[in-house]
Formats: sequence, structure tokens, C-alpha cells
Amino acid sequence: MSPSVRLQEMIRVIRSARTQGEERGVIQRECAAIRAQFRQADNGGRSHNLAKLLYVHMLGYPAHFGQMECVRLIASPRYSEKRVGYLGAMMLLDEKQDASLLITNSIKNDLSHSSQYVQSLALCTLACMGSAEMCRDLAPEIDRLLRASNSYIKKKAALCAVHIVRKVPELGELFTPAARSLLSEKNHGVLHGAVVLITELCERNPETLEQFRKTVPDLVQIMKGLVTTGYSPEHNVAGISDPFLQVRILRLLRILGRNNDAASDAMNDLLAQVATNTDSSKTAGSAVLYETVLTVMDIKSESGLRVLAVNILGRFLLNNDRNIRYISMTSLQKIVVTDHNAVQRHRGTIVDCLKDPDASVKRRALELSLALVSAVNIRSMMKELLLFLSSCPPELKAQAACGIFNAAERYAPSQRWHIDTILHVLTTAGGDVRDETVPNLIQLITTASDLHCYTVHKLYRALITDISQQSLVQVACWCIGEYGDLLLRGECDEIEPVQVSEDDVLDALETVLQSHMSSPATRGFALTATMKLSTRITDNVDRIRSIVSIYGSCIDVELQQRAVEYNALFKKYDHMRAAVLERMPVIDKSSPDHSNGESGGGALKEVEPPKLKQGEAVTAQEPANQVCDLLDLLGGSEEPPQPGPILGSTAPGPASTAGGDLLDLLGGLETPETPETPALTPAPTLTVYEKNGVTLKLHCHKQSETGLTVTLTASNSSDWDMSSFTLQAAVPKSVQLHMKAPSGDFLPARGTATLTQTVLLNNPNKVMLKMRIRMSYTSQGSAFQDTMQIDSFPGPACH
Amino acid sequence: MQFMLLFSRQGKLRLQKWYVPLSDKEKKKITRELVQTVLARKPKMCSFLEWRDLKIVYKRYASLYFCCAIEDQDNELITLEIIHRYVELLDKYFGSVCELDIIFNFEKAYFILDEFLLGGEAQETSKKNVLKAIEQADLLQESEDEYLSVKIFK
Repeated sequence: MSPSVRLQEMIRVIRSARTQGEERGVIQRECAAIRAQFRQADNGGRSHNLAKLLYVHMLGYPAHFGQMECVRLIASPRYSEKRVGYLGAMMLLDEKQDASLLITNSIKNDLSHSSQYVQSLALCTLACMGSAEMCRDLAPEIDRLLRASNSYIKKKAALCAVHIVRKVPELGELFTPAARSLLSEKNHGVLHGAVVLITELCERNPETLEQFRKTVPDLVQIMKGLVTTGYSPEHNVAGISDPFLQVRILRLLRILGRNNDAASDAMNDLLAQVATNTDSSKTAGSAVLYETVLTVMDIKSESGLRVLAVNILGRFLLNNDRNIRYISMTSLQKIVVTDHNAVQRHRGTIVDCLKDPDASVKRRALELSLALVSAVNIRSMMKELLLFLSSCPPELKAQAACGIFNAAERYAPSQRWHIDTILHVLTTAGGDVRDETVPNLIQLITTASDLHCYTVHKLYRALITDISQQSLVQVACWCIGEYGDLLLRGECDEIEPVQVSEDDVLDALETVLQSHMSSPATRGFALTATMKLSTRITDNVDRIRSIVSIYGSCIDVELQQRAVEYNALFKKYDHMRAAVLERMPVIDKSSPDHSNGESGGGALKEVEPPKLKQGEAVTAQEPANQVCDLLDLLGGSEEPPQPGPILGSTAPGPASTAGGDLLDLLGGLETPETPETPALTPAPTLTVYEKNGVTLKLHCHKQSETGLTVTLTASNSSDWDMSSFTLQAAVPKSVQLHMKAPSGDFLPARGTATLTQTVLLNNPNKVMLKMRIRMSYTSQGSAFQDTMQIDSFPGPACH
Repeated sequence: MQFMLLFSRQGKLRLQKWYVPLSDKEKKKITRELVQTVLARKPKMCSFLEWRDLKIVYKRYASLYFCCAIEDQDNELITLEIIHRYVELLDKYFGSVCELDIIFNFEKAYFILDEFLLGGEAQETSKKNVLKAIEQADLLQESEDEYLSVKIFK
């Protein structure tokens, strides 16, 4: 019985095993037999035994004991044994195995074998699993084969060289001359290998790339030959002559033409020809066209050609074949930034692809649609995107929600539209949005002051329908807490009036508090909202009091703390309750991030613990021990600034313009370090500013080697009161600045009272201390702003 | 190309060719995950999918899935053509190939693949030349075996 039948017999037996256990038994027996055979001397059946082992290996069973047998078989003079031996080497030996080094010598010998089929085996194996050392050893051999052999070997040597260059890039120089000469070959296999090799060399070495630019005319010539000659049966695929070679040449042309006008010009005509003449009814033609389009868009092509390329992609978009549509969208994605208008023309088709049942196509269509959103088409695009969001696969929901938010933020035609859109997203995909959506939305709502009534009504309605979407519930609770009075008033111009009673509202909040679906953060929001309502409703304050006191013994520590504090507000600090729970001021978008990372988000920031002095309209809490490097804050850094708003140093208007101005202000504040001797005497007060009735005095007090307390006192000698008085300060970069809460923001006229603000400075590098101060206030209904720079601080102590 | 896998509708591996060095464990993991992903796709879906940082091109021929992993710069459509060319080669060699041919003659399937692709790239674009080379190699093997068996019987 011939041994190969035994192999097939074994396969049959293994396949007929009915259970995994039976199969394992058969395989164990066979492996034992194989192992025994391996130990014996040459018995003529070695290759078949190894083949059996390879089959077993493919099924997933361990076969490492066959590694040495591979080495032995490769060294055998018999072709059949070499064939299986090399196959085994490619399957069992990879470069991480030690045994792989042992075959280097065999490969070397076989590379010079008299039979080209043996040479071919060696080349194939080296190209498949050759390690860096093996490649270094054998590179000269490969180079020799590249130059002086028949085309059968040359084409394999070329691809082997590609592998060598990938493993050991420095060897690229060795192959460059040979690669160049290979381009004049007629054999397609060799040409293909040569083009792949040149591509690899050019991608790795810019100097080689320069050298090979001279080959562009030759490549153009070859391509022309392929495109224009008649039917060639040997290389024809669906009417295209050797599409594999065409695609590789186009790819090489792309690399050579990139960023180079001369090369791009040389290939312009050819690309136009290929683009117009290639028949794309079958995949082969489409593949060539696809590569052509990629090349045209990447090199410095003339505009007519670019338009042609985009039109081809547009045609692809309408193709019945889903693969072609997918490819087209991938390519459009690459060019949507540079050729935006051209891609916009196909927006309709792209949006239709959002409804395609295939997930890959949907993903591409989503990315492309988001890239195509602009101020002009925002309304219609958003309609489509929201429709998509409600039915899209779960893995795309987060990306879609995020993209919608970004688009809405950039192009919202009106605030109401913006709020509506965000609400829509929260209702459909609330679970997939990111955490900062809640504070962002809250900030947006506060800025849209004329829409408060509308917003709170809408949110209330959403809340009573469904309390499972946490982000939506959080925002709704916050709004109800803030604007509960508007909700209770009933009427609202933009929405049909619905009578909401105080009990209804409290019921809704209590449902959220008690529901098992609510996360701890959400319950925090709800509790705070309930508390805030105590100042906004009239009848049910007792109910609120009882709710709050219940939660004073809640297991959740966060809720318990809040409840206890609110209880205190009811009892000991009732006189402050109204002031503490007043409406929040408009939160500024680019001032420090409002979510503090822990649960509770925005709600936590609103209520001061009763220990803060002077209850005021400004209710934001300043976390202790916060160092604010103001220069970094306003210098337009990418990082979100440290959490927690800082009293007195938030700009009233959009901080981006303020930041920009201040950036100019801070331009010249860097000073060289000067060593100073510390003195500990207290310093006198210096008047630093006196204008329009405002006087600003500065007093320094040295705390330590590097620490300094600066007290700024402002007084108003004019006849009119000044309100919203704020001070901002900036110091050189190495100095740390900490502004404490100002005593207030109201400066009465004629100097009847003053405002003080303390600034703590830490100057570890002992640089020359300078400070720029900007003040802003409102007087007689108009806003004023002024800046001053303090270059020298009073007294030696301040240096 | 980084690797090519052939597997049946039941997820059984019929051929695996790796052009990147990976440990056995990693290969098994990748195979398992990829097979699962591809088998989960519905029939009319796109032949391309993104998986990890690779592009996967797959096509189903009767009961076998042919699956290739290519890199970012590679052309997906031409990879489909490569897969098709390989199927044609198998078909010509075995005469109307079916899965059983590939199971029982797996080493021949590998030899054909190695005549068509080298190091992950196509080495010969003419179908005729590939088949001719395999034929010659088979002849070489047979004549050698014959010669040796004659020698033994002497």
C-alpha cells in the first residue's frame, strides 16, 4: 500500500470520529506512531509521516516534535521529501523557534541547486518565515539570483528580496541596482515582482525614492502597453489585461508622484487614459479604477483629473455591488477634507447609504455624513442623522451620538434647535453618550435664558415618560430644580400649556429618587433639585423638608451628606436658604470644567455648605487647595482646566475672546530669574490704580521664603454704584497664583464700603514679580473694563 | 497580505498561511476570533470588514470561506481577485474542486498557493504559468519516486 494512501486513510479515520474525545484518541495514537517513525532511520515514508503530522497540526494539536524532522527532510536529496520538509518548516518553524536557524544552511545550498523547483522551495520558505539573521546571511545569494537566472527564479527572488528588506531595511541598498534593471524585463511575473520590490524600497528610503523617480516614464510606458494592447489571453481577467500588475504600477506611481510636480505631470495623461478607458463592470476593472483614483487624489494632479476621479467615486456610490459602494465611501472619506465641495455633491447618495443593511457600509456612511455636515445643510442632515441614531446598530451608537453633538455645537442654527437636538439624542441613545454631555447641556441651557420655560417644560414631559436614560434624567432634574417656578407657572409661548402642580413635580422627583433604575449620581441630582424647589414653590415646603430628612439616614454616603446639609439649611441656616438656593449665574463654557469627576456633577457645585461666609448670588463653591496657573488657563491650552470654578477669576463674557485678549496682555511677562534676599518686614500699601472713581490698593505680606499674600482693596469714589465688580490677575508662568474669594462684587458709591480680594502667590523660582490685573464692573448700566500692570511690588519683601 | 485562512461553514480550519511571525497561541486566538466574526456575517453583506487594525477581505465559495488579512495600503478589490484566482487554480488542478479535495490533499493546496503567492504577494499573474509550474514540480516528484522505487525493487 503506497504511503500516501495511509495519509488519506488517517484523515478519513479522524473525520469519522464522532466525538471530540474519539478524535483525540485517534490522533494520540497516530502521533505516537509518527514519533516512533521519526526516531527510526530513513524508511521511505518520512515525508508522508510529516504530512500526517501537519494535518494534525492544522486541526489544532501540538506538533512541535516534528520540527527536527522538518530540518532533516529539508536536507534530504529527494524532492518529495524536500517539498514536505519546507512546507513543514513554513508551518511549524517561525523565526521565534531556535530550530529555524538550522535550516539556513540547507536553504543556502538549495538556492544554488541545479533544479529550479528546489531553488523555488528555498526562496518560498525564506520569503515566508525568514528571520532577520537568516535574511542577512542569504541576502547576497538573493541578489545573485536577481541578476543571473531565468524568469521563473527571478520573480521569486524579487519577492524574497521584498521580505528581506522588510526584515532588514538596511539591505535595501543592496537590491537597488538589480531592481532597476528588472524593469526592462518582459515577463509579467518578473515585472510584478520588480514593481513590488521598488515600491518597498521607495517607501523605506527617501533617497531611493529620488533615484527611482527617473523610472516614471518607463512605468508609464509599461502601463500604456497594458491598457492599449488588444486581448492577451494569458493575462486577461474580465477584459482587463493583467489587473494585478496594473494595480501595483499605479500604486508605485502614486508614491513616486507624491509631492513632486514633474513626476505628477509625467503621469497625468496616463492616469486620464486609464480612468476613462477602463471598463468597470467587473471587479478587476473596478480594482484598477479604484487604484487610479487613489493615485490621482494623492499626487499633484491637475484639477480636471481630480474632478474626473471624484466623479468615478460618485459612480461607484451608485453601483449595485455593495463592495464597490463601500470602497467608494472609504476613498471619499480620505478626500472629504481636501475636496469638500466635490464630495458634497454626492451627499444625497451617502445619506441613503445610512439605511443600508450592511454594518460596514453603515459605518462608512456615518463617518462620511458627519464629515459633510455644514452650516448650510445642518437641518436636513441632522434629521437624517437622528433617524439613523434611532435604528443604528449598538456598536455605532456612541460614535453617532458624539458626532451629532459635535455637529450640533458647531452649526446649530438656533439655541432652541440645539437644545431640541440634544434632548432627542438623550431620549434615543442616552446610555451611549459621554459623561461631559450633562454639564455641557446644562451650560447650554443656562445660556439660552429666553428658552428656560420651554426647556423645563419639555424636560419635565420627557421625565414623566421615561426615567431610564440617566443623562436625560440628570439634566431634567437639574432644570426642574432651577426653573421649577417657570414650570409651575404653566404657560409658555412655544409649547402647549399644561397645568403642572407642585405635587406633580415633587412626585416626579421622588420617583427618580426611589427608582432602582436611577444611578447614585442621578439621585444626587434629584435630591438637590427637590431642595432647590423649596424656595421656588409655596405650598409644599413641608413635603420637601420630610423628603430631605428621610435621606439623612440613607445608606449612600453621598446622598446622606447632601441630605444632612440641606437639613441644616432648613434648621440652623434658614435665613440663608433663599440666598443659597438662588438661581445659578450663567455658566461660562470655557471656564474651568464643571463636572468634578465624582458623582454629582453640576449639582454638587451649586450648594455651598453653610460654613461659607456671606451668602450671596455667587453660589459656586471653591474647592480648597486649588492652585490655578492663570497663564496656562488663559493661554489657550488644550487641556480642560482644573475642576471647579474660581471665584473672581471667571470672565463674565465668553472667555475665548477674553482669553485671547489676556493672551496678548500676558505676552511680555516672562522675566529672567533674579536671586533675592528675603526680608520679613511687612510692606506698605501701594495705590496701583486710580481712574473713573475706582481706586485699587495693593498690600503685600510675606508669608514664607517663596509665599506671598497680596491683598487688593477696591473702593469707589464716584457718585454711582458699581456692581458685578470682578478682578482677574495674571503672573509670570513660574509663579503660582491662588485667588481667594472676594468679599463681594458690589462697590457702593462715594466710598461707603470697600471690596477686598486676597491673592496668594508662590514664587519658587524667585523670579521678578509682576502682575497684570484686569478689572471689570458695571456702572450706570454699562460695562467697563480696564487693565493695569504692576511691575514693582511695594517693599523688598515682595520680591 | 498578512495571512490567509480557509475554513468551513462549521468553523473548521482547512488551510492557514501566515506571512507574519506569530506564536502558535496568537495564531489560534486570531483564527478563532476571525472565524467567529466572519461566520456571523449575513450572506448579502459587504466582503470587507475592519478587524483590529487590519482590513479583512473574505469570500465564500460553496461551503468554504476564503479570508485574507491585508494592510492599510493594499487594494481590497484586487485582493478579491487574488482569492478568485486561487480558487480558479484549485479548480483547474483538481478538476471541479470541492471542499473534500482540499481536505484530503491539503499539502497540494499549499503547493499551489506557494506557486501563486510568495511572501504575501502575487508572484505570477498568468494562470497558465502557475499551473505549468505545479505540473512540472509534480512530474519531478513522481519521476524521482518512480526512479527510487525501481531502484529499491532491483
